[in-house]
Amino acid sequence: MALGVFVSQFFRDLRSQKLRTFLTVFGIFWGTASVILLLAFGKGIHAHQQKAFRGMGEYIVIMWPGRTSIPYQGLGRNRAIRFREADVEVLKRDVPHMGSISPEYVMWDAKGRVGKLEKLMRVQGCWPEFAPMRNIIPDATSRFLNDEDMALKRRVIFLGTDLKKELFGDEDAIGRMVFVNGVPFKVIGVMVKKEQDSSYGGRDVNSAWIPSTTFKAMYGREYVNDVVFKADDITRTESVKKGVYQVLGARYKFDPDDKEALQLWDTTEQEKFFGTFFMAFRVFLGVIGAFTLIVGGIGVSNIMNVVVEERTKEIGIKMALGAKPRFIMSQFVIETFMLTGIGGILGFLFAWAVVSVVPSFKVEDYIGTPEISRSVAIAAMMVLGIVGMLSGYFPARRASQCNPIEALRL
Amino acid sequence: MSSNGTMVKLSGVRKIYDTGKVKVEALRGIDLHVRRGEFMTLVGPSGSGKSTLMNILGCLDVPSEGTYEFDGQRVDRLPVSQLAEIRNRSIGFVFQNFNLLPYSTALENVELPLVFRGLGAKERRKRAAELLEKIGLGDRMEHKATELSGGQMQRVAIARALANNPPLLLADEPTGNLDSASGREIVDLFENLWKAGHTIMIITHDPNLPMRTERTIHLRDGRLEDGAAG
Repeated sequence: MALGVFVSQFFRDLRSQKLRTFLTVFGIFWGTASVILLLAFGKGIHAHQQKAFRGMGEYIVIMWPGRTSIPYQGLGRNRAIRFREADVEVLKRDVPHMGSISPEYVMWDAKGRVGKLEKLMRVQGCWPEFAPMRNIIPDATSRFLNDEDMALKRRVIFLGTDLKKELFGDEDAIGRMVFVNGVPFKVIGVMVKKEQDSSYGGRDVNSAWIPSTTFKAMYGREYVNDVVFKADDITRTESVKKGVYQVLGARYKFDPDDKEALQLWDTTEQEKFFGTFFMAFRVFLGVIGAFTLIVGGIGVSNIMNVVVEERTKEIGIKMALGAKPRFIMSQFVIETFMLTGIGGILGFLFAWAVVSVVPSFKVEDYIGTPEISRSVAIAAMMVLGIVGMLSGYFPARRASQCNPIEALRL
Repeated sequence: MSSNGTMVKLSGVRKIYDTGKVKVEALRGIDLHVRRGEFMTLVGPSGSGKSTLMNILGCLDVPSEGTYEFDGQRVDRLPVSQLAEIRNRSIGFVFQNFNLLPYSTALENVELPLVFRGLGAKERRKRAAELLEKIGLGDRMEHKATELSGGQMQRVAIARALANNPPLLLADEPTGNLDSASGREIVDLFENLWKAGHTIMIITHDPNLPMRTERTIHLRDGRLEDGAAG
């Protein structure tokens, strides 16, 4: 009922004090935009980092040969522990909760040739389940290595995105031949482009994969370069790692507690670290933004104090005519809310505009895509609401406690 | 409404201002009866406690001692929000300096008491327009207060005082800021309102005004001199 009166009075005041209103609203505008943009960019950067990190694989463990550091069953320390493909089969069979596992043979400088084009390339031998673990996805016309390739030791090859480009350009590569050290391999698949910021040995986009059985038969390797495995559930990674030490410890006679015997890179630990790091980072950004907004709120509160001061006479008149303290209070609270609300909406729109414009600058490879998620919006609105409430409350209470007799004497 | 016809009954009212160092006794025991429908003036030199008495009568302030019965209800110990309600419904104020909201229109000014009463916008507008018509300002409704002459402003203020049709009108030097012609018009207006049944009390030091009213009481040094019991 009285809301209309409040609103019309608010706009009258707004018109009569244009510069002051503008500066006040600007403080809130800037604070809101800061909160939202900082949180949105923080989220975008985190998502980008996570995606790039997972480009190598999600929650995988990579295992390399190591050397023993504890004497065990009469065997001295510093003994090299290497593993064969047969060991990987045993691990797959004997370690509880082993999800997927694959050996990896690596030839760093194979000579690749297509027609007359020659190129040094990295060729790896692995099992079919290597691809899903490492987020290697075949494009629509392709497939990765399969069990039949393995069993028949086929000479088939799967190419990384960039390698395919270098060998075939924009032409279709499926079904064509790539000569690896003079031996022809048929291309069965090409990888979908992916972001990857972590690697061991090189980026997947520059690599090629053939069946491990083919690799072993052709190049006569006894030992694998490394093994990639993943627990069937991310919470079991630790127990699977323990199982690997036990099984291999029994086979190669080393102490299962001898961490040095195998070199493990557990990416889940890193993922956890990054998760915590980015949470802290975003809280930090959010706090900076929130303080910007709070400073804006202090500005609003100051202005409202001045407004109350200026309108003391008016408050006195209204009180004499029967306005209750509650009415005076709500008038100023609502006015503050409108000021902060206008600033907040403008800030929100500005942030939204910035966030929608950013992708057109092609910067997603560096900072990802900022995103105003629901949680960001809710967080910003909550901070804004609290700021509006607090900055309005004190001046409004002062106004409502005004003594009408003294106010009228002015 | 009380049946005995008493509008205002002050008994032993004192008002003491305690500034910490000095105590100032502005009212030193006031007994006053005002009957419903009376038209009276309260006169006294400055410093006599007129304003203090007016504030207490208008429920803007409460006495330090003594009792105040307004329209049959004890009001001397009421909380601020209930006092506000009494001011809104039962008392119409007219001030020396008009006290209109300067940037609001005549209509909006008259609507104010109706806003505090919680009336809807349409009703408010209708009632305010009627009142402005009645006091002869029908053609000035959309004028800002600052665009009106002194006499017109005071008439708007009277219309505002009448908005909730209160039984008591309190006017504090209503002609003090007006030229004599406008002042006469205002007094005429009060007289008409009195004839229409309002209880009216004018506080003034204008010696000519008391001649127009039924009853005059004199305040000196915080005490009533005569005719107080009514």
